Amino acid sequence: MTVTVLLFASFADAFGRSSVELTLDAGATVADVVDQLSTLAPDDRLPPRPLVAVNAEYAGYDVRLNSGDEVALIPPVAGG
Amino acid sequence: MIRAALVSEPIDVGALIAEVADVSTGATAVFAGTVRDVNDGRPVSGIEYSAYTAMAARELLRIAQEAAREFAPLRIVVEHRVGSLELGDVSVGIVTAHAHRGPAIDGMRFVIEEIKRRVPIWKRECYADGTREWVGV
Repeated sequence: MTVTVLLFASFADAFGRSSVELTLDAGATVADVVDQLSTLAPDDRLPPRPLVAVNAEYAGYDVRLNSGDEVALIPPVAGG
Repeated sequence: MIRAALVSEPIDVGALIAEVADVSTGATAVFAGTVRDVNDGRPVSGIEYSAYTAMAARELLRIAQEAAREFAPLRIVVEHRVGSLELGDVSVGIVTAHAHRGPAIDGMRFVIEEIKRRVPIWKRECYADGTREWVGV
């Protein structure tokens, strides 16, 4: 299955783009997305356990993904 | 009344105050976050705010709704700006109104603290020497 991963702020800079399409096995979880992205990011540009949102809601690493889900890596927030 | 929004135009705090005004309220609390000219000893010339727009708008509204429940009956409006801001520009405006000052002030405080904790908004500071850095990374 395919999911789109949105990258923001410092993470977009780290990857040099604002989104990436990943192909995952059926039953893949948020943890699998982070693992796969870690291999794509330049050395230590991605923290070990970044916050993640699935379909614009914060999600735990054990959440199972469905094809077409919008996953987002959330860098440390700095609103206000 | 509850309203929350991400905006790209300047925030008019006076308009927000007028929006929550009601004869049932005896206390109005206002918070305006503004762009400061120094951070960690470095001269700042401006801040660029960006957001995960759909999620940030929803989280802002959810926070406002939580405050309204927690400090009911609370009237509340919150706007957070995105884009390039100059020194002194308002980045976030929060106005709460209640019959009494305690819930008005506590509700306003709740909203700004929750924004800082969980709304997916990021800022990149622009320094006087021309460099830029993400804040909090």
